[in-house]
Amino acid sequence: MVLPERLVRAVSTTSFRVAAITVALYLAFAGLIVGVLLWQTNRVLTSQVLATLDGEAQQLKAEAQSGGAPALVRAVDTRSRSGGPGLYYLGEASGTKLAGNLSRLPPEIVGRPTGGVFRYAPDFGSSAREHLAVAIPVNVGPELQLIVGRDVNEQRRFASEMGTLYFLALGFLTIGGLVAGFAISRVALRRIESINVAARSIMDGNMSRRIAVTGSGDEYDALATNLNAMLERIDALMSGLREVSDNIAHDLKTPLTRLRNAAEAALRETGEEAYRDGLEHTIEKADELIKTFNSLLLVARLEAGALEGNAERFDVGRAVRDVAELYEPVAEERGMQLSVNVDAGPQLTGNRQLIVQAVVNLIENAIKYSVKSGAVDASSIAIDLQNRADGIAIVVADNGPGIAAEDRERVLKRFVRLEKSRTEPGTGLGLSLVQAVARLHGGTVRLEDNAPGLRVVLTLPKRGDDR
Amino acid sequence: MHVLVVEDDRETAQFLQKALKESGHAADLAEDGETGQELAEQGVYDVLIVDRMLPRLDGLSMIRELRNRGVRTPVLILSALGEVDDRVKGLRAGGDDYLTKPYAYSELLARVEALARRAVPEEQETRYVVDGLVLDRLSHRVTRDGEAIQLQPREYRLLEYLMKHAGQVVTRTMLLEHVWDYHFDPQTNVIDVHVSRLRAKIDKNFDKPLLHTVRGAGYTIRDGSA
Repeated sequence: MVLPERLVRAVSTTSFRVAAITVALYLAFAGLIVGVLLWQTNRVLTSQVLATLDGEAQQLKAEAQSGGAPALVRAVDTRSRSGGPGLYYLGEASGTKLAGNLSRLPPEIVGRPTGGVFRYAPDFGSSAREHLAVAIPVNVGPELQLIVGRDVNEQRRFASEMGTLYFLALGFLTIGGLVAGFAISRVALRRIESINVAARSIMDGNMSRRIAVTGSGDEYDALATNLNAMLERIDALMSGLREVSDNIAHDLKTPLTRLRNAAEAALRETGEEAYRDGLEHTIEKADELIKTFNSLLLVARLEAGALEGNAERFDVGRAVRDVAELYEPVAEERGMQLSVNVDAGPQLTGNRQLIVQAVVNLIENAIKYSVKSGAVDASSIAIDLQNRADGIAIVVADNGPGIAAEDRERVLKRFVRLEKSRTEPGTGLGLSLVQAVARLHGGTVRLEDNAPGLRVVLTLPKRGDDR
Repeated sequence: MHVLVVEDDRETAQFLQKALKESGHAADLAEDGETGQELAEQGVYDVLIVDRMLPRLDGLSMIRELRNRGVRTPVLILSALGEVDDRVKGLRAGGDDYLTKPYAYSELLARVEALARRAVPEEQETRYVVDGLVLDRLSHRVTRDGEAIQLQPREYRLLEYLMKHAGQVVTRTMLLEHVWDYHFDPQTNVIDVHVSRLRAKIDKNFDKPLLHTVRGAGYTIRDGSA
């Protein structure tokens, strides 16, 4: 027999198997209960019949004792002709029948004082079918044999019809259960199949494809939602990667080209001075490349969660003050005011070198871009540290040109440099590094409007190590 | 100065040997960790330059082994791995300084010379003197030609480091590492600004400048013109 493929698939699903097992177990229990019930019913009915027969036997015994054999024959004869359900046989020990409506002595009953079941051919009607009967032997003396019985055919037929009905019901139950199981598994299968179809489509390169969510809020929806969120994340990472490789191509190729140009230009020149200049220029370009490369590696390693093991407990206020002190003369030299409103004391667990480097990047950015704003005489940079319940916020604010609201998310990405800063020296990785350091410590970076200028808030949890 | 370069890349090793020779130092080469260890154990070298990735016996294991055997020669570790934890690992293994590839030769030379100087016992020195400039390490007082010079704590430490290595070139990175304990590449000329402030205090009112800028390398304090 060849089963259709769809049926095979439905049958081999987990939900169908669960349905089938449930139905099978239910059937086994129901069958057992029905069987016990039928057996018990029969037993009760039979014992009732036996009790009745016992009573009748006592009456006939009394008849025999008071009136002797002739009275017994009369009594049996009368009862046999009454048309009731009673069955009788009275005969001599030699085998001659004296009275009764049974044509012969049922051999199954002879010698069994507790009685038993036997079959006989009723003489009424033309039916050749044998009936079932229960009978007991009655002791009325050694020369007579008396059997008192009762036809239980009706009773047995009732019981067997009940049984048939029960088993029919079980049959319907089985079919119903299997059909329901099949239907449920079909529904489950369809949902799973839609996930499979989406997965295959995504594997084929259709990265924007998503799994349908029905809105029913069931487990399949939860699964689909989670898978979609996962795909979203992968997509974001991949496009991030694509963007980065594009940018690497640009940001590493540009200085490489310049380096090559510088070397070529030097070759065209003559004279030691020109050669020296050319070579110095070449080394400068190479250093730029190395710097970009190092920053890129560091950001990548931070994003991969490396360097986690170097957490130490340190005074972050002091660390920020020291950095500010390092940069204060630099700002001053460029006509800026660097004000530091930071007290020593707040403790933080984290990688001190990395946090210091993040703060340095923020200060260097502030110095670099505030100068370009043109409003040199008004330039000031404020460094602030807030010890909050949720962590420590390091705030670096300037009053330079700032960053437009729509660009603030973007500049945190690797190599993203806004149009006006493209010409500035720099790797385009400064803020990415700040962001990576924040993430490594379970913190955040927020860019805000300082009206005018930019305010960067680097928030780090005090226990940076419980990531 | 006698230097041992343990480096498996022949081109890099020969470049270093040639450059060190031009700087007036003798350099021997070893191509793997085991040879390097054997040579270093002879104890004739002033400084060892050790690459981290070496055949047979890696750089850090070699240094650890040498330290276990009582060889105290200063070691400069060269490595392509430059993160903070790599540096910590290198110094923990017994290295004295750590330089990330690719590096400027001037940086390497300055560090090697600083290490060689360190091998000479100088911890007992309580005064650094360069010409008329005197730094007293006990009283933290600085004078030039007997005239007191007021310095900020950080300026004092900057001058102390420069004078400790008087006559040698000290790079910006070395200053950032030893005076400020920072290990990063600044994008701005932050060290230059601090040095020029210091220079204004110690040289400005005197005829003979002592703090010199070495083009393409760093700074040096010495008696005599550039």
